[in-house]
Amino acid sequence: MEEIIEERHTLAVLVDNEAGVLARVIGLFSGRGYNIESLTVAAVDQAAHMSRITVVTSGTPMVIQQIKAQLERLVPVHKVVDLTLQAPSVEREMALIKVACAGEKRVEALRLSDAFRARVIDTTHTSFVFEVTGAPDKLDAFIGLMRPLGLVDVSRTGVVAIARGPEAM
Amino acid sequence: MSGREMTGAAIVIKALKDQGVDTIFGYPGGAVLPIYDEIFKQEGIRHILVRHEQGAVHAAEGYARSTGKPGVVLVTSGPGATNAVTGLLDALMDSIPLVCLTGQVPTSLIGNDAFQEADTVGITRPCTKHNWLVQSADNLARTVHEAFYVATNGRPGPVVIDIPKDVQFATGTYIGPGQAVHKTYKPQVKAPTDAIAQAVAMMGAAKKPVLYTGGGVINAGPKASQLLRQLVEMTNFPITSTLMGLGAYPASGDNWLGMLGMHGTYEANNAMHDADLIVCIGARFDDRVTGRVDAFAPDAKKIHIDIDASSINKNVFVDLPVVGDCAHVLEDMIRVWRSKSVQTDKAALETWWRQVDTWRARKCLAYKKSDKTIKPQYAIERLHQLTKDRDTYITTEVGQHQMWAAQHFHFDEPNHWMTSGGLGTMGYGLPAAVGVQLAHPDALVIDIAGEASIQMMTQEMSTAIQFRLPLKVFILNNEYMGMVRQWQDLLHGGRYSQSYSEALPDFVKLAEAYGAKGIRVSDPADLDEAILEMINSPVPVIFDCLVDKKENCYPMIPSGAAHNEMILGDDEDGAEVTEEGKMLV
Ligand SMILES: Cc1ncc(C[n+]2csc(CCOP(=O)(O)OP(=O)(O)O)c2C)c(N)n1
Ligand SMILES: [Mg+2]
Repeated sequence: MEEIIEERHTLAVLVDNEAGVLARVIGLFSGRGYNIESLTVAAVDQAAHMSRITVVTSGTPMVIQQIKAQLERLVPVHKVVDLTLQAPSVEREMALIKVACAGEKRVEALRLSDAFRARVIDTTHTSFVFEVTGAPDKLDAFIGLMRPLGLVDVSRTGVVAIARGPEAM
Repeated sequence: MSGREMTGAAIVIKALKDQGVDTIFGYPGGAVLPIYDEIFKQEGIRHILVRHEQGAVHAAEGYARSTGKPGVVLVTSGPGATNAVTGLLDALMDSIPLVCLTGQVPTSLIGNDAFQEADTVGITRPCTKHNWLVQSADNLARTVHEAFYVATNGRPGPVVIDIPKDVQFATGTYIGPGQAVHKTYKPQVKAPTDAIAQAVAMMGAAKKPVLYTGGGVINAGPKASQLLRQLVEMTNFPITSTLMGLGAYPASGDNWLGMLGMHGTYEANNAMHDADLIVCIGARFDDRVTGRVDAFAPDAKKIHIDIDASSINKNVFVDLPVVGDCAHVLEDMIRVWRSKSVQTDKAALETWWRQVDTWRARKCLAYKKSDKTIKPQYAIERLHQLTKDRDTYITTEVGQHQMWAAQHFHFDEPNHWMTSGGLGTMGYGLPAAVGVQLAHPDALVIDIAGEASIQMMTQEMSTAIQFRLPLKVFILNNEYMGMVRQWQDLLHGGRYSQSYSEALPDFVKLAEAYGAKGIRVSDPADLDEAILEMINSPVPVIFDCLVDKKENCYPMIPSGAAHNEMILGDDEDGAEVTEEGKMLV
C-alpha cells in the first residue's frame, strides 16, 4: 500500500444564519466520515444574518478538496476558504484552565503562566483559573505543563482563524 | 384582507400554481388538512391519491424523470413523513427534482413528542438537497418558490418543506416567484473557456477515446442529448453510458457500446479499461461503474464534466475537471471544435474501432436459447421488439430483471427509462409507472418487475385503477430474489439463505382482485401473443411471466475486480472474488 499522507487544514465557512445550518455542516462531516479536530461558530454579521464557522480537519489532499466541494454545495453556504492552502493566515484559540495546588506548585504554576502570557482570572487559596490565548499547540504545551501541578479542568474555544493582509475572505 | 393576504394553506396552493404545478402526489392526515381543504376548493391542480407515501414520492420521481419537470408530493406529519424518506433518498441519489411538502404539528407543540410528531427536517436532512421548517405564514410563499429553485437548479434533487399546522391556518402575505431570489445558491452552469479548449485539444489528440455518459445528460434536458449525438457524430468516438444515462445516445446508434459497469457489456468495459482518454459527461465514477478503483482505466487521461463540483475527484482522480451543465458544456465544446476545425487522429481511431469490434464479436449478451422455458433475456427481447414502434416508457424494480431490462431493452430516446440506480430501491417501479402514465396518458408504460420487488408496492395498483391508468406490470417471475441468489452463488457457496420467494400470490387473481387484467404465460411459444394481448388491453395489466428460475445475469464484473476481469457466463471462469471483494456490496 502507498503511504497516505494526511494534512491538517483550517477552513473558514461563511453561512447564512438559518435554523439547522450547523447541524447540516456537522452532519456532512459525520455522515461522510470526515474528521473534525475543532469547530467554532458564531454570528459575525447580525444585519446580514451571517455566521462564520471555522473547521480544522485532516485528510488526504483529495479528501480535503472533497470536503471543500461538499461544503460549497450546501445551500446556505456563501463561501468556503481553505486558509491553509489559499493564504497565509493566523490562528488563535483561547482556553480557560483550572489548576488546584498549594505551596511550591502554586508558585511554579504562576511562574509558568507568566511565560505563556496567561492571565489569572479567578483565584482561591487552593486554585487558579488561567486564561490563555494562542495557537493550539501553545495551549497544548501550557496544559501539559500544568498537568503535574494540579490541572483539574480545561475549557477550550476551538480554533478561529483569519487570513493575513487587507482582503476579506 | 387585501388580495395578497391569505391563509398559509392558500399560499401553498397559490405558490404551487404559480410554479406551474399541475399534479400533486399525496396522502392526507391531520397535520395537512388545511392544505387538503384548499385542494378541495380549487381546480387546476389534480391530486393523485396514492396508497402509501413512499409510492407518492416514487410516482413524483417517475413524473419528473419522464417530463423534466419537478415532481410534487404532499404528506402528513410523523408516519406520513417517515414513509416518504426512502423515496426522498432515492431521488437524492439519482438527482431527481422533487418538492415534498410535509405537515407538522403546530409550532407550540414542536419538541413535546406530540401525536404524530417527527423531527422531519432532522430525519430528512441527509436525504434531501435542502429542507426548511416554515415558522410563519409570511415566509411560506418565499420558501415554496425557493424550494422549486433549489430542487431544479444545479444538480437537481429533492427538497422538503415542513409546515406546522398553525402556519397553514395563519394569515400571511403572498409573494410571486419573481420576488423570491436566492441569496446563496448560484450554481455554475457555464464552464470556463480554457477548460473547454483544453478538453477539445485532448479529444483531438486521443488515440483510444471513449465517451462515458450518465444521468446528468438526461437531467440537462433533451437539448443535451441532441448535442451529445452531434458530438459523437463529429468525433466518431465510441460511447457508453451508466444505467441512469440510457437513451441519451440511441442504442441503435453505430457508436453505441452498450451500458458499462458491473453488468455492462464486454466491449464497454474493455474500452474503458484500455482507453487513453475517457470523457465523462454527467456521470460520477461510482463503484458500480469503476469496479476496483486502483485498476480502473490505468492508462486513460480523464475529463470530467459535471455540474456538481463535489462529484469531481471523489472516487477517481481526473486530469481535467469541467464544472458546468452538460448542455452548456457540450454546446461550447462543439462550437470550439468547429471553429478550430479540430481533426481527430483518424488512423488511430480506425485501429481503436477494430479493437472494439473484436470485443463486440464476443457477443457478451448472448444467452442459451430454450424452447421449453422462457429465458428472462428472451422475454425482454420480445417485449422490446413488440413495443419499439410505440411511445413506450419503461420503469423497473430492482434485481436481475432490472439489469436484463437495461441490457436487452434498447433505448433510443432520453426520459423513457426510469429506474432506481443509486439507492436500488425495490418497489420503485410500479409507483414510478403511475407517475409516468399520468404525465403521458397515451403512452405505453411498462414496469419491468421481479416477483419479490413488486410485492413491496403492489398496493399502488389500486391507484392505477382509481385514476384509470392503463399501465402494465411485466413480472419476470423466477420465484427467487434472483440477484440475491446470484450473489449467494458467487460468494456463499450456493447457500440460498432466505432468497426463495415462498408463498407467492397468484398474480393473475391479484390483478383481478384490484380490477385489473391478469395474464400468465410459461411457454415461450405463447409469449408474443400474450405480450400483444397485454399491449392492446386498455386497462392496467399484471403480466406474470414465468421464466427460467436459475438464470443468472451476465456479463458481470465480480465486486472488487477490474473492468477487464469480467465473467461472461455460468461456465466461464472469470476473476475469483477476493476477500476484499466480498466486503463490497
Ligand atoms: C428495499 C430493498 N430491500 C432489499 C434489497 C436487496 N435486493 C436487491 S435485489 C433483491 C431481490 C429482488 O428480487 P426480484 O424482485 O424477484 O428480482 P430478480 O432479481 O429475481 O429479478 C433484493 C432483496 C433492495 N435492493 N431493496
Ligand atoms: Mg425474482
